[in-house]
Amino acid sequence: MSAPLLEVRNLEVRARNAAGQEVPIVRDASFTLAKGEVLALIGESGSGKTTIALALLGYAKPGCRIAGGSIRLGETDVLGLSKSALRDFRGRRVSYVAQSAAASFNPSLTIMAQVTEMAMLHGIGSAAEAEKRAIALFRALALPDPTRIGARYPHQVSGGQLQRLMAAMALIAEPELVVLDEPTTALDVTTQIEVLRAFKQVVKGSGVSAVYVSHDLAVVAQMADRILVLRNGEMQEIGPTGEILAAPKHPYTQSLLAAAAPTPRGAAAAPEAPPLLEVRGLTAGYGRIDAQGNPTLPVLRDIDFTIRRGSSLGVIGESGSGKSTLARVIAGLLPAARGEVMLDGAALPPALARRTPAQLRRIQLVFQSADTALNPRASVASILGRPIEFFHGVKGAARDARVKRLLDLVQLPASVADRQPGALSGGQKQRVNLARALAAEPDLILCDEVTSALDTVVGAAILDLMDGLRRELGLSTMFISHDLHTVRSVCDEVMVLYAGERVEAGSRRAIQEAPWHPYTNLLISSVPELRQGWLERRGSVRGPEAAAGARPACAFFARCGLAMPGLCDVTPPPRRTLAKAAEILCHRDEAALMQASIPAGP
Amino acid sequence: MIRRLSPAGLLGLLILAFWVAMAVFGAAVAPHAAGRIVDMEVFLPVSADYPLGTDYLGRDMLSRVLHGTRYTVGVALGAALIASGSGLMLGMCAAVWGGMVDGAISRALDTLISIPSKMFALVVVAAFGSSVPVLILMAGIIYTPGAYRIARSLAVSVNAQDFVTVARARGEGTLYLVRAEILPNIIGPVLADFGLRFVYIVLLLAGMSFLGLGVQPPNADWGSLVRENMAGLHEAAPAVLMPAFAIASLTIGVNLAIDVLGGGRREGDGH
Amino acid sequence: MLSLVAARLALGLVSLLLVSLAIFAITSLLPGDAAEELLGQYATRETVAGLRASLGLDLPAHLRYLAWLKGLATGDFGRSLASNMPVAQLIGSRLPNSLMLAAATAAVSVPIALTIGITAAMYRGSAYDRTVSMLTLSVVSVPEFLVATAAVIVFAVQLRWLSALSTTADITSVAQFFRVFALPVFALCCVIVAQMVRMTRAAIIDQLRAPYVEMAVLKGVGPLRVVLHHALPNAIGPIANAVALSLSYLLGGVIIVETIFNYPGVAKLMVDGVAQRDLPVVQACAMLFCAAYLVLVTTADIIAILSNPRLRHP
Repeated sequence: MSAPLLEVRNLEVRARNAAGQEVPIVRDASFTLAKGEVLALIGESGSGKTTIALALLGYAKPGCRIAGGSIRLGETDVLGLSKSALRDFRGRRVSYVAQSAAASFNPSLTIMAQVTEMAMLHGIGSAAEAEKRAIALFRALALPDPTRIGARYPHQVSGGQLQRLMAAMALIAEPELVVLDEPTTALDVTTQIEVLRAFKQVVKGSGVSAVYVSHDLAVVAQMADRILVLRNGEMQEIGPTGEILAAPKHPYTQSLLAAAAPTPRGAAAAPEAPPLLEVRGLTAGYGRIDAQGNPTLPVLRDIDFTIRRGSSLGVIGESGSGKSTLARVIAGLLPAARGEVMLDGAALPPALARRTPAQLRRIQLVFQSADTALNPRASVASILGRPIEFFHGVKGAARDARVKRLLDLVQLPASVADRQPGALSGGQKQRVNLARALAAEPDLILCDEVTSALDTVVGAAILDLMDGLRRELGLSTMFISHDLHTVRSVCDEVMVLYAGERVEAGSRRAIQEAPWHPYTNLLISSVPELRQGWLERRGSVRGPEAAAGARPACAFFARCGLAMPGLCDVTPPPRRTLAKAAEILCHRDEAALMQASIPAGP
Repeated sequence: MIRRLSPAGLLGLLILAFWVAMAVFGAAVAPHAAGRIVDMEVFLPVSADYPLGTDYLGRDMLSRVLHGTRYTVGVALGAALIASGSGLMLGMCAAVWGGMVDGAISRALDTLISIPSKMFALVVVAAFGSSVPVLILMAGIIYTPGAYRIARSLAVSVNAQDFVTVARARGEGTLYLVRAEILPNIIGPVLADFGLRFVYIVLLLAGMSFLGLGVQPPNADWGSLVRENMAGLHEAAPAVLMPAFAIASLTIGVNLAIDVLGGGRREGDGH
Repeated sequence: MLSLVAARLALGLVSLLLVSLAIFAITSLLPGDAAEELLGQYATRETVAGLRASLGLDLPAHLRYLAWLKGLATGDFGRSLASNMPVAQLIGSRLPNSLMLAAATAAVSVPIALTIGITAAMYRGSAYDRTVSMLTLSVVSVPEFLVATAAVIVFAVQLRWLSALSTTADITSVAQFFRVFALPVFALCCVIVAQMVRMTRAAIIDQLRAPYVEMAVLKGVGPLRVVLHHALPNAIGPIANAVALSLSYLLGGVIIVETIFNYPGVAKLMVDGVAQRDLPVVQACAMLFCAAYLVLVTTADIIAILSNPRLRHP
C-alpha cells in the first residue's frame, strides 16, 4: 500500500453537556484509509461514529468542538484550514451523504439545482456539463427516468430515490473521499437493498474512498473492506471485514456479533391451547364509513387471525402496512369499521369507551419509543403505581410493594422507583414501559416495535426478558415489527401484512420454509446476512418501482416479480393454503412460487 | 424549572416582586395622599422633597405612581388570569376531546382573534363604558384566543405522545388525562405565556388609559398619569416620563423573568 | 392549489361576516339605545318612541343587523349621533390621511426590518445580534406612547428639528411634508420595526436549524448563500406572516400616534367617537380596521400557500 489517502491521528472531540461542562465524546481516534478503500465505522448510539465522520469534513455539530489531534487528506491538514479554505475543501474533496435524505434536501429547490450546486460553487465546468454529469450519475445509480428526475422537487420522489440522489450530489464534484452516514437506516428493508446495490456500484466504479457509518453489521459486511468498532467514543478494534466477522478479538465486538445473529427463543405454545384473541374479517381505517362498512381511507382490509393462550404472534410489514393500526384497533383506540375482535370467545365492543374496565385490563399496549411512552414529569413509582391503583384498587404501602415486585420482575433495582424517566437509560426505560403493562396483570400484551429504537445488544436483552416473562406469567403477546430477525426469534406464529392485507400467515417454522408469498419472499431475501458477498450473490426479485395510480386488485401487483397482468390487477387474489401449513393471498400456485423462491439463509 | 438564575432573570424577578409589593402596600408607603396638592408649582423637576417631581396640579408624582400601581398591576393581573386560565382550560379540552369540540372552540376563538385587540377594546368601551370590572373582563376576553392557541398546540403535541395513549387505552377519564398527564408537561411554557399575556394587557390598558378610555378619574393608573400630564411634555417634565418609565420597568422586568422560566414562545404571537 | 387559495379567500369573507356580527352584538347589547342617548334628560316617552321609529330601532335585533350589514355593503354607514353627518362622509374625509401615514410607515419599516432581521439571523449570537435583540425587546415591551412622547421630547422639544403637531393642510413642499410626517412615522416605525425584526429573525433561525442547512454547509456553501439561497425561500411564508402581523399592529399603533400628534385620521375619529359614545361612527371605523386586518392576514396566508413547494408542485 502506498501512502494513505486519509490519516486521522489522536482525534478528540468535546461537547458541552447539560451542566455546561465540556466532556470528550470522541477520544484518541487514529486510523488511515487507502485510496479506493471503504472503511466502516460501526457502533451503537453514543459511540461517536457520526462525530468522527463529520470531523473528516472539518465540521462539528453545534455545541461540539474538535479539541485535538490531526486529520490529513492527501497533503491537506484539514483541521488547520481557514474558513474559506474549508468551504472549498468541503464538497470538492470530501463530501457527505446524510441519514435522512428527506430532511437534508431543501424542499424549495429542484433536485437538479441541489445536485449540481457543488459543481457550480467549486467552479467545475459549466451548468450544462454539471447537468450532464448529474444525469450520468442518476443513470449509474439506477434511478428511474434519469433525464427528467432532476426537474422534480424533493417531495415528489420516494425516500429510496432521494437517498440515491443524495449520493449523486455527493459524487458530482468527484471528491477523493465520500462519507456515508447511516444512509439506509431510515429505509424499509426492501428499499434498502436496491440503494445498497447502487451505492456499492458507484463507489467501486468511481474508485472513490469511502467512510461508511452504520450500526448494522450485516449492512457493513456488504459494503466495507475494513471495519472500525467504536464504543463510547473510543476505538475497540479495527481490522479487515472478514477477520472482524469471523474472528473478532475484542469482547465488545463479540457481543455485537452475538446480538446480531438471530437466536431462537421460546418453545411454541401447545397447539391445543384455547384461543385467547380471535379476529375475524377486520377492516379499519380513517374517514367516513360507508354503507358497506368501508372507511374512506382504509388501512386494514379483511384481517383474520387467532392468538392462542400463551403463544406469541409476530406481525411483520413495512411502514404503511397497517401493522401499528392493528394494535390500535385491538386496544380500542381506533374502532374497527367492520369485523369482530373476540377475547376468550366474547366479542369486544369496537370503541374504547364501551369496553368494561376488566376488558381493558386484559389487553395492554407497549409502545416502541420509551422516550414518548413514559410521562417525563412522573416518577417511575407513580407510572407503575397508577395502573395498580386503577385496575386493582390497591393503595398505599401495598401498592408500593407491588411496584417493587414489578421492578424486580423486569430486573430493575428498587432504587429506580424514585427517578423520573429522563434519568434512565434507553433499556431501563423500555423495562419500565414493559412493567407498566404487566402492572395491569393482562392476558395479552401488544408490543409495537419495542426494540427498534434500542441498540442491538440492549434490544436482545429486552427480547430475552420478554420471552422469560411470557413463559413465567403465561402471557400471550402480539409482537409488531419491521424486522424479520426479531419476529423469527421470539414468535410462535407469524403474519405478514402488505398494504393492509394479510398476505401470508403461518407458524414460525412455516415462515422459514419456501415457498412464500412473493412479498414474503422479497422481504426474506432483502434482509442482509452477516457474510461478505451476500449482496453480490443475491439476485433481484424485485419488479418495477411501485407506480402511483389506482389500487390494483392485488396490492402487491406493481412490485411483484410474478405478477400476471390481466389477472392479478383485475381479480382479487384467492386465499391459498400451502403444504407447509401457511395461508397466502396469491394467484400463483405452490409450484410456481417454489420455483421463484430464493433459499433463505442458514 | 428554575435552574440557573441569570443576573438578568434575577433582576426581572426583583423588579416584578417590587411592583407586586407596591400594588398591595403602595397606598400605605406613599408619602402623600393621591389627590393632595402639595405644592403650588406644577411640573416641578425631580427634587429631594418630590423624588418624581409634581404633576399638572402640583401633586406629588411619587405618591400618584404608587397609588396607581394597584390599578395597573391589579387590573392586568386579573385580566391575565382570566385569559390564561380560560385559554388553558379550553386548550386542554380541545386537545383531549379533539374532533367537533376542538373545531367549534377553535373556530369561535379564531373569530375573536380576527378583531385587533385595540379595536375590540374601543368597541367594548364605546358600548359599556370603562369601569374596572369591564376593563378586566374585556382584556381577559381579548387575550383568551392567544392563550388558547398556545395551550392547545402544547397540549396537542403532548396528547399525541404514547404515554397519553397508554393512559387512554387504560380507560382513564378526561380529568385524569388533563391533570396528571398533560398539565405537568406544559406548565412551564404556559407560565411563560402567562407572563407575556400580562405584558400585553399592561400595554393595552395603559394605551386605553392614555386615550382617556381606561381607568377613570379620580382613580388613575400609570397610563392615565401620562395622559393628564401631557401638557408637561413640552417642558420634558418628569410627570410625563416617570409613569411611562414605571410601565416600561414592569414590562421589561416580566420579560426578563420569563427567561428564568425558560422555553416561553415569544415570537410569532403579535399584540 | 387554486382551490386552497379560494378556500382561504372564502374563509376571510366568513371571518369578516362573523366579525361584523360580533361588533354589532357588542354595540347592541346595552339596554339603553341611541334614541335615549340623543335626547338625554329631555326625553319623554313619545319623543323617544318617535325617534326610535325614525332610526329603525324599534325593529328586532336581527333585522337591524341585516339593515346595518346592507348599509355597510352599499356604502351607507348611517349618520353620526354627535355631528349628524353621514359616517361615510366623515370617514371619507379622513381616510386619505390615515392611508398616507400607513403607506409612509410601511414603505420605511418593511425594508429596514427585513434587512435587520435577516442580518441578525445570519450573525446570530454576535454582539450585533444581541444588541438588536435587546433593543427590539425593549421597544416591544414599552407602551407606544412612551416611544412617541420620547420622540417628541428629543426631536421637537430638545432639538427643535420637527413639528410636534401634524396637520396635512399646510403641506406645500417636500420639506414640509417631511417635517409633518417625520415624527409620527418615526414613532410608528420604531414599534413596527421591532416586532417585524423579532419575527423575521425567528423565522430565519428556525430554518437555519433544519438539516438541509447543515447539509448545505457540508457541501461548502458560504454563510451568505446559505441564508439567501437556501433558508430564505423556505421562510417566505413565516416572513409574510410576520410582515402582516406587524403591519396589522399599525392599526392599533396608529390610534395612539394620531392622538398624540393630533393627526386628523380615521383612528382619531374613532377615539373621539368612543369618547362621545357615537356608536355608528365606532361601528363603521371598527369594521374598516377589522377589514384591513383580515386583508393583511389573508394575503399573508395566500403568500404562504403560494410559496409552499409541496402545494406549488403537487
